Amino acid sequence: MRESGAAVLDVHAHHAERGFWRTYVFSTDHKMIGKQYLSLGLFWAVVGGLLAHVMRWQLAWPETAVPGWGEVGPETYNVLVTMHGTIMVFFVAMPILLGAFGNFLIPLMIGARDMAFPRLNMLSVWVFALASLVLLVSFFIPGGAASAGWTGYPPLSAKAEYTGVNWGMDLWILAHALEFAAFLMGGVNYLTTAIALRVPGMTFFRLPLVIWQLLTATTLFLLSVGPLIAGAVMLLLDRIIGTHFYAAEGGGDPLLWQHLFWFFGHPEVYVILLPAVGLVLDVLPVFARKPIFGYRWIIYSTIAAGGLSFIVWAHHMFVSGMDPRLAMPFSITTILISVPFAFIMFAMIATLWKGSIRFDTPMLWALGFVAMFIVGGLTGIFNGSAPADIYISDTYFVVAHFHYTLFSSVVFGGFAGFYFWFPKMFGRLLSEPLGKIHFWLTLVFFNVTFFPLHNIGLAGMMRRIANPLEYEFLVPHQWINVVATVGGMLLLASQIPFVVNVVWSLLAGKTAPKNPWGANTLEWTAPSPPPHLNWGETLPVVYRGAYEYSSPEVAEDWLPQDRTLAARSR
Amino acid sequence: MLNWMRWLPENVSTYGGEIDGIIALIYYVTLAWFFLTLGAFVLFLIFYRRRPGRRATYVQGDRLRELAWILVPVLIVLILDFWIDLRGAPVWAKVKGQMPPAELTIQVTAKQFNWEILYPGPDGKFGTEDDRQFDNELHVPVGKPVRLVLKSKDVIHSLFSPNLRLKQDMVPGRTIPAWFEATKPGKYELPCAELCGFGHSGMKAWLYVHSPEEYQKWVKEQWPTS
Repeated sequence: MRESGAAVLDVHAHHAERGFWRTYVFSTDHKMIGKQYLSLGLFWAVVGGLLAHVMRWQLAWPETAVPGWGEVGPETYNVLVTMHGTIMVFFVAMPILLGAFGNFLIPLMIGARDMAFPRLNMLSVWVFALASLVLLVSFFIPGGAASAGWTGYPPLSAKAEYTGVNWGMDLWILAHALEFAAFLMGGVNYLTTAIALRVPGMTFFRLPLVIWQLLTATTLFLLSVGPLIAGAVMLLLDRIIGTHFYAAEGGGDPLLWQHLFWFFGHPEVYVILLPAVGLVLDVLPVFARKPIFGYRWIIYSTIAAGGLSFIVWAHHMFVSGMDPRLAMPFSITTILISVPFAFIMFAMIATLWKGSIRFDTPMLWALGFVAMFIVGGLTGIFNGSAPADIYISDTYFVVAHFHYTLFSSVVFGGFAGFYFWFPKMFGRLLSEPLGKIHFWLTLVFFNVTFFPLHNIGLAGMMRRIANPLEYEFLVPHQWINVVATVGGMLLLASQIPFVVNVVWSLLAGKTAPKNPWGANTLEWTAPSPPPHLNWGETLPVVYRGAYEYSSPEVAEDWLPQDRTLAARSR
Repeated sequence: MLNWMRWLPENVSTYGGEIDGIIALIYYVTLAWFFLTLGAFVLFLIFYRRRPGRRATYVQGDRLRELAWILVPVLIVLILDFWIDLRGAPVWAKVKGQMPPAELTIQVTAKQFNWEILYPGPDGKFGTEDDRQFDNELHVPVGKPVRLVLKSKDVIHSLFSPNLRLKQDMVPGRTIPAWFEATKPGKYELPCAELCGFGHSGMKAWLYVHSPEEYQKWVKEQWPTS
């Protein structure tokens, strides 16, 4: 399995001559591919954020022109709703959390020189770039982009006459298909690499938790995406050659799509959540200077949550018209998911207990994730209870809930990882004060934007309406929409320190040492940034788990995975 | 902002109070957890912040004696979960399961972007000459169970009454039953809660809950010959 050092260095010498195109564009280096996923994800985050801004403006001040955009009609609003969701889930969360961190971290943390299939990896990111192009083009074609919601429920999505969108919907399906193909290639690579290319001593139970979370997320994606691809093919056939898979008049059933979509859709939210949880689990012990609490049990909890995620999908469908006798079984499985996640959250908090906590920027984001995810996790119980969901479903309460879970995963979890590994990725340090300002502004305005949505949801405001003032019962609550919108604008503005920080650091930042945080895992034994093939002649050898902080065996408060100890070693 | 129960609109159905009861139960349980977990979290951050000369305690949390500190709370979470579902099951069954016998059955058919509300007329049967259809107006008597027969002509819609705590999707090709019993006369909005096209925003009907006398008067006006 493992190449000898000399052979590898031959390859290294060969690769050192690569020109600009092979280094930055058509690269097979997992680190560059990770950065490419990161760049594409950040580009889409800007697009998705701006779409959200236009939506929020329309909700706060309906039928007034949005500065720089113009008036938003109901057709456009439906496009905004649809594309914001699609972009944020499939083109921001997945490429950043799974694509960027998965590619960058897996080989470096297990001691591999690259992915098992580097060329397949390059194909993965380029297929994703193609998916991005298709989705981008769909905004500019006649009829406009898809407008049937990010869930694309037929019959609305199945016939152009229902939405007025024709090509936009087909391109939407095509962009998804390409995106899934990209992540299938990535997923095969992640699993093969982590199983086959671990360095000597790196047993499964010495792997950093973020690797476990990435692998579980990948496995969930591989196992759940098949039914959705089948569903999407049927939707495309319904649209293009007039089959009736989802058309009641031809004997089909619209609910079939919902079952297929959510059978994928619930594991999918864990595909996003788990890598973020992993990033946070790896940041917390470094800055608490303490081992993660209950390492193995966290792994078991993760696998349990992943398994449960396959038998909860119908909780998205309590009032969909499916047999009402199905509701309580799905309600029970859904609420049971709180058990493994409660364990993981409690383990995160217990890791802080008796620690020696440093509040560097990555730690602030990780702590922010913990606090915000607690809110999102708790509000999930409302949605998971079938009788409560009769009232709650399709209201802004649901919108508030999934922003507290998904936004906190992508933004708080993602930035925890980004600030933590930035020195390793780019070889430069970020400014701590700017990072802290970025964190506090984001934390405050995230809550100003999304917390009031719980309230207006409980007051009954429906999702996906373009103008709340058309409903008398919502008029008295309109001030909440204004608060959320102003909060949203400030939340976008809060990202300015981040942009300044990154640009400044890349241009003039201090050179990063090998291991700026005093962390134990293998990536910190490579130079910052690691060269092609990551380590020089010899690969590190692993002697212990990833979280030996403040171990009584050494005087320092950290004990890297590759350090030999003269005496006994665990 | 923090007392969420005050944000619910006025309840005017017989089962709405029970749905509110479940929401309240979950609200107080989760509120308690919120303060407990976040409280512990903040206290740990304050007590165990880095101080010169103090080293973190090496605890791996892999022994049962240590794990008990979080396994016991997890067990409590599990018990509360079952409690919430145990309390919720009969409420769900009441609203969506076995429906009570009703004198009045009304068919509601959704289409882009209207509700067609069909009354069977005095003979109580659909498909006869005395059927009458009203667009976007649902008239019912107070204090009587009303059966709804929900259909859709084109895409998926969802009949939502915030005040009745009633929501049910309407799916083409399916006939979906629903019911409610209003407790207070008045005029209430019935928005569509499922994205159904460009006219989704603003698609709504009005629910008129009449006192028994007023309802009889309304029936007399609509069906004068019988």
